[in-house]
Amino acid sequence: MIKTAILLATEHMSILREEDVVPFRYRVKECAAGIKMGLVNQTYLITAASELARNMLKYADGGIVLIETIERDGETGIRLMFKDQGPGIEDVGLALKDGFSTGGSLGVGLPGAKRLVNEFEIASEPGKGTSVTIIRWANG
Amino acid sequence: MERIPILRMGQFLLVTIQIDLYDRLALDLAADLVKTASKTGARGILIDISAVDIVDSFMGRILSNIGAMAKLIAAETVVVGMQPAVAITLVELGLPLNGIHTALNVEKGMALLRSKIAGIAGETDPNND
Ligand SMILES: Nc1ncnc2c1ncn2[C@@H]1O[C@H](COP(=O)(O)OP(=O)(O)OP(=O)(O)O)[C@@H](O)[C@H]1O
Ligand SMILES: [Mg+2]
Repeated sequence: MIKTAILLATEHMSILREEDVVPFRYRVKECAAGIKMGLVNQTYLITAASELARNMLKYADGGIVLIETIERDGETGIRLMFKDQGPGIEDVGLALKDGFSTGGSLGVGLPGAKRLVNEFEIASEPGKGTSVTIIRWANG
Repeated sequence: MERIPILRMGQFLLVTIQIDLYDRLALDLAADLVKTASKTGARGILIDISAVDIVDSFMGRILSNIGAMAKLIAAETVVVGMQPAVAITLVELGLPLNGIHTALNVEKGMALLRSKIAGIAGETDPNND
């Protein structure tokens, strides 16, 4: 369970079509640069964000992302919450395994995104949707 | 419609990716490259991604696909100028860039292509890396 944090800024973006992915990544990068996150961590974060946004498009016809700047224990970070109302994931543990894909793809998105961030939480209910929350700390 | 220009340099083709590729553009580029390579008989493709600050699984797949398609028409693909942060991220993401070579810059990429072509022409010569 992700611990609570102080919210410094929040905004949201809809990811409804492929063209939304690039401006979304760009905005996340701006927010990360705004808290002086280093370049490698920024790249980790936007790559994870891109994977999760693409999953929402591919499997759930899109969704919404909350982009938040947070503070916890003196650390600032970016928290992204992806929410969709797609079909959900039946076996989340399986979906997080490298190489697992129901889309005939490489299956790197979820496990890769998890490796690229400091905190990762996924909740999914078949028939209702999926939500994924990630945090990357500026100096994490 | 927006398209990424393909430059012909002798027996090689060079594309410089300056903008964030969205999916349609990336797919068009792959198709254009392979068409141009087969039309011109190009033996190598250089893709300069020094201006690209993110390669996700989609983009990685496009690059691998270009490499695989180019192989079918006997051309090799080299991705040049990958930013260090992007390279580190790709490793952590766990994305294999199959079917393509990488080089630090365009000059080194051209040298690599020349050695590959020479290697193929020599046939009996084992790889000398
Ligand atoms: N938002 C989502 N809604 C429903 N199912 C999802 C969602 N995200 C992921 N999944 C399921 O989890 C699986 C694994 O996702 P992951 O991103 O790791 O791989 P992929 O998208 O199939 O392949 P890649 O990301 O390598 O192109 C998917 O194949 C899909 O079945
Ligand atoms: Mg995916």
